[in-house]
Amino acid sequence: MTTQTSAETPSAPAAVQTGLIGIPASLGRALATGGGALTIVSTFLAWTWTAEFPGDLTVYGYPGGLQVLVLIGGVLTTLFGLASYGVKGLDRLTPGSADGALKMAALGTFATAWYTVIAISAKLGGLVNLEAGGFVVAIATLAALLGALALPFERPTPEPSDPDDTGLEAFRHQSRQNWNVFKAAFAGKTPAPAAQLPVYVEILVIVAAMALGLIVFTYGIGTEYDQLFVGFLITAGFGFAAIAKAGIVARVSAITARHRTVTMVGAFTAAAAFPFTQSDDQYATIGVYILIFATVALGLNIVVGLAGLLDLGYVAFLGVGAYTAALVSGSPSSPLHVSWPFWASALTGAAVAMVFGVLIGAPTLRLRGDYLAIVTLGFGEIFRITVLNMDGTSGPDVTNGSNGISSIPNLDILGFDFGQEHTLLGATIGRFANYFLLMLLITLIVVVVFRRSSDSRIGRAWIAIREDETAALAMGINGFRVKLIAFALGAALAGLAGSVQAHVTYTVTPEQYQFAHVVPPNSAFLLAAVVLGGMGTISGPLVGAALLYLIPAKLQFLGDYQLFAFGVTLVLLMRFRPEGLIPNRRRQLEFHEEAEAPAVLTKAGA
Amino acid sequence: MTTDTTTKDAAPGSSAPGEVVLDARGVTMRFGGLTAVRGVDLTVNSGEIVGLIGPNGAGKTTFFNCLTGLYVPTEGEVRYKGNVLPPKSFKVTAAGIARTFQNIRLFANMTVLENVLVGRHTRTKEGLWSALLRGPGFHKAEAASRERAMELLEFVGLEAKAEHLARNLPYGEQRKLEIARALASEPGLLLLDEPTAGMNPQETRATEELVFAIRDKGIAVLVIEHDMRFIFNLCDRVAVLVQGEKLVEGDSATVQGDERVVAAYLGEPFEDAPGDEEVAEVEAAEAHAETTTDAAPGKENDR
Repeated sequence: MTTQTSAETPSAPAAVQTGLIGIPASLGRALATGGGALTIVSTFLAWTWTAEFPGDLTVYGYPGGLQVLVLIGGVLTTLFGLASYGVKGLDRLTPGSADGALKMAALGTFATAWYTVIAISAKLGGLVNLEAGGFVVAIATLAALLGALALPFERPTPEPSDPDDTGLEAFRHQSRQNWNVFKAAFAGKTPAPAAQLPVYVEILVIVAAMALGLIVFTYGIGTEYDQLFVGFLITAGFGFAAIAKAGIVARVSAITARHRTVTMVGAFTAAAAFPFTQSDDQYATIGVYILIFATVALGLNIVVGLAGLLDLGYVAFLGVGAYTAALVSGSPSSPLHVSWPFWASALTGAAVAMVFGVLIGAPTLRLRGDYLAIVTLGFGEIFRITVLNMDGTSGPDVTNGSNGISSIPNLDILGFDFGQEHTLLGATIGRFANYFLLMLLITLIVVVVFRRSSDSRIGRAWIAIREDETAALAMGINGFRVKLIAFALGAALAGLAGSVQAHVTYTVTPEQYQFAHVVPPNSAFLLAAVVLGGMGTISGPLVGAALLYLIPAKLQFLGDYQLFAFGVTLVLLMRFRPEGLIPNRRRQLEFHEEAEAPAVLTKAGA
Repeated sequence: MTTDTTTKDAAPGSSAPGEVVLDARGVTMRFGGLTAVRGVDLTVNSGEIVGLIGPNGAGKTTFFNCLTGLYVPTEGEVRYKGNVLPPKSFKVTAAGIARTFQNIRLFANMTVLENVLVGRHTRTKEGLWSALLRGPGFHKAEAASRERAMELLEFVGLEAKAEHLARNLPYGEQRKLEIARALASEPGLLLLDEPTAGMNPQETRATEELVFAIRDKGIAVLVIEHDMRFIFNLCDRVAVLVQGEKLVEGDSATVQGDERVVAAYLGEPFEDAPGDEEVAEVEAAEAHAETTTDAAPGKENDR
């Protein structure tokens, strides 16, 4: 390999496409594909001699733990490598850019494999603990990565540098230049629109995508040790990037956009299938907490993403719903000794939360922007402290103060006791799985409400208010009224979720509903989930909430640094992907049209 | 949940020609000690295009804001078809006065069609429940709104770009879209705030055609503009506002010939008027300039 670097032509004309590394492109392609294939082989070897490293990587002929992840990476690399040769059939995998996909896949495989190798060495104390397979995989993935980086790409034309630049400015200019080149090396291109497939094929594609999503999610939830979860994050992240570069994501999302209802039904079927894939209730617990968090985040997305009202006390409405449901649940520590059926307590929870939403919104929604944020932040704290004080000594005896309302009985809907294990379709469904299915129904309601309200007269009015309030008023929109509807609707949906949450957690205490807390849901995390996932989309907050719940829950070794790591991640994400993980259609349209015809807005300053 | 959407061919706001649509009487607007607008009377009849001109700081925009409900006049009143205007801008729009903005204020991240649909807000009734339950009435009203919006886009010539984002339209088309959005509220009176600001001559002429077409639909138009040639071509009547007071009102010729208007824009001559020598000098310079630039007769325009 080292001899090849000197072969670089020093005076290549600007139009020639060169790779990031000076290896001839044909050799690089062979290296990348071969490296991918060798990676696959290496995952069937033993990587270490002892089973002390979790996942048992000592077995020949049977990949385990992190090896499976590397195997997936290797398969992707090999497939994209072959596709980049134009192998018949495989080239259909990459309607976008095969080279970009190959680079991403190789990079992801390299990262996972080297992470594994380093983790083994660090945990067991030195490289001596690696078996031959460990070295093979390290070299194979490195070779694949180097080969992939040698693939030619279109270099961006360098910006002319200012000769007057001082040292620091010149350095910044240079690093910006290098960063642009680096980004261009991984750039994909938008695939040409696909030919219309038969409807049943398209639906099959959606089903396959949903099944894949379920598998990935289930695997992520079920990761048993830190290293596997980190490996999972690396592989999933780069794998997704690779298939996005390949153009598959664009194709699939075009199909899902054509069949929105099928997609929604498919997604919920996949989610409902989750508890049936679990043998015990351990991961269904995580699932139900993620669902609660995600549902509330989606409700917040109506307020923040659609209507543009920054609400920093949103978790209080979840608390209102939870406390309402707890008070009428028949709990022995509730002063009201009534036991209402679920439908009544859920409706009451939503209604009471909505009343609070209107009470808070009516005086404050005349404020704009930052002021509203401050007032809602204050309301969130007022709710918590009020509940804390209604303990019979500082105030009326309603909520038991800091002890909260405990021993909330399990739900019983039409004789179906949520506290018991049931056997459905041959699978045992435990307590949390029961609640998971119920919560999924609530999520479905919120998704439908979000979808229908956003695509209507009132939804357009919300977006108009968010875009330009003065112009919206001049169009005849009663801004205050429309904002109040958004606020109340968001509050009611959070209250609905809260009425289930009370039963899931057995106990409601004021500490669950703070502004910032280590465990989601709290107002800060809810907002983070919305912004991280993508404002104004349905899947955005769901994905954002899942990630924000899973990452702290799985990375226990971070310990006290959890919030710190969370903050750093958020800053980095906002720096490099401000539109969120799943940008909304408007943003996509924006990028799409910019590529098509540059926006002629320069004159607008006149 | 009522689904009463009006989709008549002619704009329903239109009325019999000659009827007074807008009647501002003695409008005075004070901000503390400053009187921005003083006792201005202005009427606009249906089927008429009225222009409002004046030097910078004359109070044009303040007066405009009094007409659109952003300000409530300190004294005097504004009537639209006989009713005093409500003090909220969204109610004014619902009453039948639509406006555009001097610096374009589109909903940049919405599509062209959605922008016009937002303009339909006051003429449709479906609330949240209707949107959530999606009864047959909802779909009917939504389809009717879309059809009406597409008609308006065709009217201004943007039907091919219905699915584009408003922010990605060229400048001239953004202006057109703003007018289409205003028309979507089915106004009886359209207020245009500097509709040709920043446009080239071709675009200005196109806008002129568009305003005539709007007038032909039976909608009265009130225009604030700096471009004198545009105003004098376009308007049936022109009012001149200077230092918060209405100086003259009349047809183009009257206003153009009025010495006070010229003085307001260019200033009064010096007390010791320039001698013949200087006059000759200036004329020579102007004659020279005329050969190079396409100088217009209305030299007083302040573009």
